[in-house]
Amino acid sequence: MTRFILSRIAFGVLVLFLLSVFVFMLFYVSPSDPARIIAGDKATEELMAQIRTNLGLDRPITEQYVTFIGNLLHGDLGYSYRSSMPVSELVVSRIPVTMSLVFGGMVFWLAIGIPIGIVSAKHPGSVRDRLGQGFAIVGISFPTFVLGMLALYLLYFVPTKLGFTLFPPSGYVPFAESPLQWAWHLLLPWLTLALVVAAVYARLTRGQMLEVLGQDYIRTARAKGVDERRVTYVHAFRSAMPPLVTQLGIDIGLMLGGVIVIEQVFGLLGVGSLAVTAVAMQDRPVVIAIVLLGGVFVVVSNLVVDTTYALLDSRVRTATR
Amino acid sequence: MTILLDVRDLAVDIPTEDGTVHAVQHVSFAVNEGEFFGVVGESGSGKSVMVQSIMGLVPGARTSGSVLFRDRDLLSLAPEQLRSVRGREISMIFQDPLSSLHPQYTVGWQIVEQIQAHEKVSAKAAKARAIDLLDRVRIPDAAARFDAYPHQFSGGMRQRVMIAMGLSLGPALIIADEPTTALDSTVQAQILDLLGEMRSEFGTTVLMISHDLGVLSRVADRVMVMYGGRRMELGAADAVLCGPAHPYTAGLLRSSSFNREPGTPLVPIGGRPPSLLAPPEGCAFRDRCPDAMAICGSKPPVRHYDDGTEVACWLESTPVEPDPPVLPPPSLLASPDDPIVKVDGLRLTFPQRRGEPRVVLDDISLEVRRGETLGLVGESGCGKTTLARAIAGLVAPTAGTVEFDGAPTANLDRAQWRDLRRRVQLVFQDPFGSLNPRRRVGSIIGDPFRIHRLASGAERRAKVQELMELVGLNPEHYNRFPSQFSGGQRQRIGIARALALNPELVILDEPVSALDVSIQAQVLNLLDELQRRLGLTYLFISHDLAVVRHVCDRIAVMEGGRIVELGTADEVWNDPQQPFTRRLLAAAAPEIPREPRDRILLPLTVTGTGAQQPAAGHPAAQHLADRVALEVVS
Repeated sequence: MTRFILSRIAFGVLVLFLLSVFVFMLFYVSPSDPARIIAGDKATEELMAQIRTNLGLDRPITEQYVTFIGNLLHGDLGYSYRSSMPVSELVVSRIPVTMSLVFGGMVFWLAIGIPIGIVSAKHPGSVRDRLGQGFAIVGISFPTFVLGMLALYLLYFVPTKLGFTLFPPSGYVPFAESPLQWAWHLLLPWLTLALVVAAVYARLTRGQMLEVLGQDYIRTARAKGVDERRVTYVHAFRSAMPPLVTQLGIDIGLMLGGVIVIEQVFGLLGVGSLAVTAVAMQDRPVVIAIVLLGGVFVVVSNLVVDTTYALLDSRVRTATR
Repeated sequence: MTILLDVRDLAVDIPTEDGTVHAVQHVSFAVNEGEFFGVVGESGSGKSVMVQSIMGLVPGARTSGSVLFRDRDLLSLAPEQLRSVRGREISMIFQDPLSSLHPQYTVGWQIVEQIQAHEKVSAKAAKARAIDLLDRVRIPDAAARFDAYPHQFSGGMRQRVMIAMGLSLGPALIIADEPTTALDSTVQAQILDLLGEMRSEFGTTVLMISHDLGVLSRVADRVMVMYGGRRMELGAADAVLCGPAHPYTAGLLRSSSFNREPGTPLVPIGGRPPSLLAPPEGCAFRDRCPDAMAICGSKPPVRHYDDGTEVACWLESTPVEPDPPVLPPPSLLASPDDPIVKVDGLRLTFPQRRGEPRVVLDDISLEVRRGETLGLVGESGCGKTTLARAIAGLVAPTAGTVEFDGAPTANLDRAQWRDLRRRVQLVFQDPFGSLNPRRRVGSIIGDPFRIHRLASGAERRAKVQELMELVGLNPEHYNRFPSQFSGGQRQRIGIARALALNPELVILDEPVSALDVSIQAQVLNLLDELQRRLGLTYLFISHDLAVVRHVCDRIAVMEGGRIVELGTADEVWNDPQQPFTRRLLAAAAPEIPREPRDRILLPLTVTGTGAQQPAAGHPAAQHLADRVALEVVS
């Protein structure tokens, strides 16, 4: 098991290395000139040359890359071209917002999606099943921003016009400051995120459960006299879990790199909104940092998934031992 | 003798997309306390659905009739009451112990769960009981194996676990649904013995379902024969199996290879089982019955014999014995001087990540004579399929040589390799998994012509249809998909494809083990006939010694990657030299002696149960009366 985890970590490091080379190359071939962005349209050639020398942009790319990696290993991601703040500080300040959004949303989408999937699979073809599947179709097909705007309109705008405030329109309150305010400010984004994602989980759960419920060992459990609730949860759902864990790992990993649309709609200053401004402003160090951060999240969540998988399935466990 | 389970007029209907499947049609039988009751039938006879619906385990099934068990009607119990019967008073053992055990829980956990589902006992006490049970079904080192997962056990050990679980609450009845079908024959014998032992030790009644007459003849006290969802014959096992009164039972016995002299063709039951979507009005077996009469179009009565046998049939005499099909004389006689394949010192090992490389084939030397059928028998994992693949040139040996028709098969160039592919063909075991379901049959059979660029267009089509004709398929079905064919027909498709390029050697890898007995006989006879006509050489791989003895000229017995015994079929069968061969033979199904029965058919009027009795004035009754009258006159 340790060996398995170590090999996965080594693989993850390799992935991150390749990713860093790739983003670096991307900027090198891009036609934009950072010096122009920093100095503005009216800057003189000399000033721009000065800036390039300061940033090391006049040196060969390999040298630039080596410097970059060297600094990175010391925790130094450089300075933002735009705000001159240290990139690491900038990015780190955004992570709690996105994490709050993603993990809070996860609780909701799992709590909505999995029960719908289980009920649908237990009664295929029934009214409950069709309602559940209808919900899934709506959730999957609605664009996120429409759902978000709808939530804002119905739960913020309309009540406020009528004179009472149900939810704040936007903003973020750190958990440490006030857990209640934190949750209250995040509730709408959570629900919006959950509605979009729960649909995927409902369908996945339904499909998995339908397959598992047809297995011979489910028949054995019933023949043993195990009651139906236990058959559903202890026997069937246990077997249906691994694909759900995989999907969850992929989703969490991707989302921690920024939930762009929802952060924008609800005015949350998370990693996603930082990414949007950084790309728009050609803020090279920030973009690189965000891409690498996203990569780290994906690699870490995959590692967690693989380990969980091994814990869930005895057959994988023996194979990797 | 008290009746433990009394099934009366049980009907099970299962709604499907194609319509309602009438899986079980008005079946009645009674299981006495303490007996071993066998139910035999081919796939689709409704036997599994029948017992599973008794237990409420068939989702969506509609049942009617009654199933009395200890004064309760199982069919009308509330779900919670039925749940408390399941596992505690009646437990079940299923066919495939690997898929029937939950892969993600330890076997101990699964046994404890059953105990705790019905009794309030501490986890510790339940664990002690589980270990005791594992010990009693002779799992070595039971206490340590308690925490092992099902995949860490062998097939036979898994089935022992299932039996331990079934016995955990001392049930009155154990229903075993094909408990040995997925196992090797020697293991099969052990499991049957264990079931018998447990039956006497725990005083349990056993209801066992099997498609295998040989297995049932060994263990059952009484036997019920099912076909097309109906009960055909019921009686003491020796009466039913040694002197069948129903033409279907007789037909099954004739088509079982363990029951026929080697070399004599089997007598298959022609045709295929009736559709359960629209069951026939009269006898379900009528279309395939050699004794069919006009009256068989109406529902047959249940006839009683004085030895207790009950038969649903109009026939009053012993069923006729149709002549075996006449086969053409062989076009090629095998001789020891003319080997087509020569294997010398063949060794095959696979490297393992840790430790010694795994030896799959160990120093094998063997000749396959042109025109013979050489059988390769052994248990699963003994290397028989790998040996066949090495002979076909599909895996390269680690050491040793394989010569095909005098030329070594190692280091072939492209053209030679293609040529070898043409001259050696394979037929696989699973006729369901080995045909691409999205391709038409014509194109599947035509593949060899396409791959070897030998024929195309209309010419290919003509050749394919010729082949279909040769293997007994209707050439008009050229454009059908594999799913539209039955198992036996699919195996014919596989055979047709193998024969397309006039091969010299055909490797048959368990060609009939996935098929029903009556269909097996059809395919075995076809293979025999093709060999005689086309002068083919067969390498016949099977775990079933009875089938091998029936079709093979010589038999090679394999164990652990070695050939332990090689001789003519007679030598191996009658005078086995090796202990392993003797074990295999002892485990093989015994021949069922055919004994003429001295018994009296009781008159219909005395014994009729009313429902089965043609009413007076009914055309059937009239016909019967005419017949009786005629017989009296003549």
